[in-house]
Amino acid sequence: MTTSTGVGGLRDLDELQKRSHPVRGVVALIVGVIGLILSIGLSISLGAADISLRTVWTAIIHFSPDLTTHQIIHDIRLPRVLGAALVGACFAVAGAIMQGMTRNPLADSGLLGLNSGAAFMLAICFAFFPDLSYMYMILWSFVGAGLGVAIVYGVGSLSKGGLTPMRLVLAGAAVSALLGALGEGVALYYRIGQDLAFWYAGGVSGTKWYHLQILSPWILAAMIGALILSRSITLLSLGEEIAIGLGQRTNVVKIGGIIIVLVLAGAAVSVVGAVGFVGLIVPHLTRYIVGHDYRWIISCSFIYGALLVVLADLVARMINPPYETPIGALIAFIGVPFFLYLARKGGKEL
Amino acid sequence: MSNSFLTPTQQKSKKKNYLILGTLTLLIVITFVISMNTGVIKLTPIEVLRTIFGQGDAQQQLILFEFRLPRIVLAVLVGMGLAISGAILQGISKNALADPGILGINAGAGLAVMLYISFFPSTKAVPVYLLPVLAFVGSGITAILIYTLAYRRHEGITPMRLLLTGIAVAAGISSAMIVLTLRLSPENYQFVATWLAGSIWGSNWKFVVSLLPWLLILLPFVYSKSRVLNVLNLGEITAVGLGASIERERRWLLAASVGLAGASVSVSGGIGFVGLIAPHLARQLVGAKHQFLLPTTALLGGLLVLLADTIGRSIFEPSEIPAGIVVAIVGAPYFLYLLARLKE
Repeated sequence: MTTSTGVGGLRDLDELQKRSHPVRGVVALIVGVIGLILSIGLSISLGAADISLRTVWTAIIHFSPDLTTHQIIHDIRLPRVLGAALVGACFAVAGAIMQGMTRNPLADSGLLGLNSGAAFMLAICFAFFPDLSYMYMILWSFVGAGLGVAIVYGVGSLSKGGLTPMRLVLAGAAVSALLGALGEGVALYYRIGQDLAFWYAGGVSGTKWYHLQILSPWILAAMIGALILSRSITLLSLGEEIAIGLGQRTNVVKIGGIIIVLVLAGAAVSVVGAVGFVGLIVPHLTRYIVGHDYRWIISCSFIYGALLVVLADLVARMINPPYETPIGALIAFIGVPFFLYLARKGGKEL
Repeated sequence: MSNSFLTPTQQKSKKKNYLILGTLTLLIVITFVISMNTGVIKLTPIEVLRTIFGQGDAQQQLILFEFRLPRIVLAVLVGMGLAISGAILQGISKNALADPGILGINAGAGLAVMLYISFFPSTKAVPVYLLPVLAFVGSGITAILIYTLAYRRHEGITPMRLLLTGIAVAAGISSAMIVLTLRLSPENYQFVATWLAGSIWGSNWKFVVSLLPWLLILLPFVYSKSRVLNVLNLGEITAVGLGASIERERRWLLAASVGLAGASVSVSGGIGFVGLIAPHLARQLVGAKHQFLLPTTALLGGLLVLLADTIGRSIFEPSEIPAGIVVAIVGAPYFLYLLARLKE
């Protein structure tokens, strides 16, 4: 839902225009796409059996089912790397939208309880409805993400001190601890812990084509929605009064944004588990490069989020073969210092 | 302070406080008996009592003295250690939400123990007496790290930033632990996973013996500092006025808190929120004076973990839910409640 701001509104946005850098945005996008394609190629070619990049190329262009290498690429590596890319893009865009709408620099689907909510719902599904199809699982995952964020914001808004970024993060941590404990209890009781443990920590190794098939339409729709909303999110990021002053129906934008965030986070968690910090790091980096225009922030976050998780997955496989290091842990190694840096700045600037 | 200086109302509240301490002890004893009866093999309370006084048969003695009793004793001790650790943290930082689990101190202890297990994988050879020492080193380093990261010139340490830093550091440490667990063999992995979730896994007298000296030294030490804690509670300026050398006292108390948390975690794994809940409940019961607050907190902590362990074992028979998970299910909502009431 776009809300036209009119010509008068655009003039008021002079300040914003100065702070956005479209040229840098285009360059960042092109560099990002090239980097993403290269790292996807690299990720497919490296592994237990090394495959040359040329073979990767022919396997994608002229797939012949008789060749083993082509089968490995087609059945295992390609869905895996695409899953990683999608997951990264989803988390990053969800984070960007959350940061823009709430003006909270510490917003991230992991920190604010969405991921653990979705993961909790999935643990419930595994335990009680093991035969549930993947289609219904991801629907429950959306519900779970909504549940998590609803509790966090509920506690935040009941607070005497109001919805400060720090308070929301603290509430998010407690809700994650609670849902994590409940999920773990269910997992231990129903002895599904072994299946769930690795998945909780984050891993895209199990991605199959049918996962991607079912997820793609959701993610595509959410991404289109995000791009349509991006202009309005830019206005909201200037402050709610300004957005209303410019004639924006902020409630419509907010509801739309929330739905998109829930779908993106829920979908991503259903593939990889509760991986945090992607949605925190990537939007901050892209904002640093392309300025404050959310059209560019969202599209660049899409590409760079995908790049980050594809690379993390590649590193996760290379560190300690044949074992795989959970990518959630790897990303936390970057995410925690980054979070500490933001928290130290006082969580004010955005 | 002798009784003759007390007004009648103070005398009365003192009486009430002793009553509360007595009631809590009684509750622990009751839970103790229930917990003794919990398990696959049922024993009646009479049989339990008879066995305790040396009248039971060999099998009953084995079950009670070698499996159930050490576990129960350990649960109570761990609960006491964690609860007092939290009470100290809340006292010296004037931060209502402080808890060794939330602040990442438990995670640091856990990491040290895990590093040891992953580099010296033969678990049988682990000298249990070393575990609390290792955990103390780990939790001490973590506490220093968190303090340094949260400290800012001019502002010092605000409660919110301390908590956020602690949570983030804990997140980092637990990722490090996840990476480490993958290096372990499957059986070691299963063991570590249960331990991390906060199970009273050391159903063995050795662990009781390795934890006990820490509590025997540190708990009386902390109790002897009750007056200092009371003064610190009044605020820094008052404390300086009353002549308490704040920084030194604070450092000693912090070290005691870290030691208690580390030693407890080394035998119990990650049990969070005990150090949060117990002091708050105790304050509701007996007020803010540490002479009564500390013993009440210790008893409440012991009761809490023992209850959690008993519930985790009895409701879900024959499988078990670690005590840490049961406590978290109660503790996390309580944290949210306190957070909502906290003013900036």
